[in-house]
Amino acid sequence: MARFWANKAGVAGLAIIVVCILVAIFAPLLAPHDPLAIDISLQGMEPSEAYPFGNDEFGRDILSRVIYGARISLGISLFSVIFSLGLGVVLGAVAGFYGRGIDNAIMRVMDATMAFPAILLAIAIVAAMGSNMFNVVIALGIVYVPRFARIIRGAVISLKTREFVEAAISLGASDVAIIFRHILPNCLAPLIVQATAGFAYAILAESSLSFLGLGAPPPAPSWGNILSESKDFMLDNPMMTVYPGLAITFAVLGFNLLGDALRDILDPRLK
Amino acid sequence: MADILAVENLQKHFEYGGGLLRKPRLVRAVDGVSFSVREGETIGLVGESGCGKSTTGRLAMRLIDATAGSIRFAGADITRLGGRPLKTLRAQMQMIFQDPHSSLDPRMKVGDLIGEGLRLFPEIDAAARAGRIAEAMERVGLRPEHADRYPHEFSGGQRQRIGIARAIVMTPKLVVADEPVSALDVSIQAQVINLLERLRSDLGLSYLFISHDLGVVEHISDRIVVMYLGRVVEFADCRAIFRHPRHPYTKTLISAIPIPRFGVKRERIPLTGEVPSPLDPPSGCHFHPRCPFARERCRTETPPFRRLSDGHWIACHHPLED
Repeated sequence: MARFWANKAGVAGLAIIVVCILVAIFAPLLAPHDPLAIDISLQGMEPSEAYPFGNDEFGRDILSRVIYGARISLGISLFSVIFSLGLGVVLGAVAGFYGRGIDNAIMRVMDATMAFPAILLAIAIVAAMGSNMFNVVIALGIVYVPRFARIIRGAVISLKTREFVEAAISLGASDVAIIFRHILPNCLAPLIVQATAGFAYAILAESSLSFLGLGAPPPAPSWGNILSESKDFMLDNPMMTVYPGLAITFAVLGFNLLGDALRDILDPRLK
Repeated sequence: MADILAVENLQKHFEYGGGLLRKPRLVRAVDGVSFSVREGETIGLVGESGCGKSTTGRLAMRLIDATAGSIRFAGADITRLGGRPLKTLRAQMQMIFQDPHSSLDPRMKVGDLIGEGLRLFPEIDAAARAGRIAEAMERVGLRPEHADRYPHEFSGGQRQRIGIARAIVMTPKLVVADEPVSALDVSIQAQVINLLERLRSDLGLSYLFISHDLGVVEHISDRIVVMYLGRVVEFADCRAIFRHPRHPYTKTLISAIPIPRFGVKRERIPLTGEVPSPLDPPSGCHFHPRCPFARERCRTETPPFRRLSDGHWIACHHPLED
């Protein structure tokens, strides 16, 4: 823990994430206007005192939309990471622990999933199932399952040859007890690192999907679709695209900084 | 004395290599091993690394399944036992591992580590469990108040004591000790050996003591099994093995033990050649390419494991004279 506080980049990353989360939680208090309120008279206005980030094509306040966008962007990322973490851990642990045929069956499916470019696969899934927030979470979740599965499988394979696992077997512990009591707790470090990195990927992927019109359906604001809606006005009012873009950059930077710091700290080779 | 453990013609073959199209090669890691452990007895299982002694120990513990042969524990055939009966049985046979660093889960407290096996018995409640953990820790020379610490806070010798406590807390009848002292400092080895001997007499344990250190084995064992490339070459009383070895391999092994006394020289029989690969073992007697007494018959015919005299078993066509 002391090592973490000594890592300046990690602390900065954590601070950024905390700020993003607080903004998402307290969005109704922070947003100066209703993010959905349309005012034709303010259409495409440049930043002003009342609307510091300007107004979009429907005259909605971009600042409020970016603030509320944190809710959707972070929310979708959180649930998709939880989804891929849960499924990936189970599949990876089963594949690594039982090996042979089960391992082959699971990992070949994972390889096939990974063979598709991530965003293309997500687009395909959303296109097939329909564009709503739940489906976006599922699509992003499925896309990132193989990353978790691979990491857990590798860790399980190396851990299961350790004598303490053999000791647990010789004590009569069940497979489930061995996986949950001995193997997974020892996989925690790579999992935390991957989950943090997964957040950064998920935010970017959600933004890309929204930008392509397959993410959170309008009029709900997400960083990706604010960016998408403002791209037509880029030549008249370039700042419209800068603010949502900055928000994405800021959040992804935070998660990446934290992820890198955690990887350095939790790497046993560096201890 | 009745046998607590008896293995007969035990075999374990591993598949090695192979892929989608290539046929895997067969490694006969354990190839027809027979011996028994009497109640209260310590059997030393010795051999060079790779000879299958650890595999034999794990087969006896049912940690891995035998390809063929039988394992009898306290008179009952346990070769194919599974499920609940196997779990119950496991309490009666416990294992002590070689590496005290990898055999203890780094994320568990010492008390939880020692008590893990007891959790499988719902009739032992938390209080009884804590009592037994404390008793086991005291028996192995650890302070029970250290049960809340993590393994990394202990030295190698203390960690091995934790491993021993984990085994004896289950009140086993048989303990398989797989190189329990070879990872330890020499000064600590003696303490752990003495502890194991004391536990044997206090708790009425039987040991299957696997080691490549003949000095340690001579000290602790009642009888000794000598293995070479997956087969038992000689099985006899400790004294007989060390004073009158009948198998040429045993004799060369014993002649290689250094004597820590000035001026005393043992007649050394140098072993020529390398241990052959278990992937491609020599024909006939596995030892013939390195045996100074090998004759034609040794090359072609596998020597049977036979009784030479009372309690002395050997697999050799031309045993040495007494």
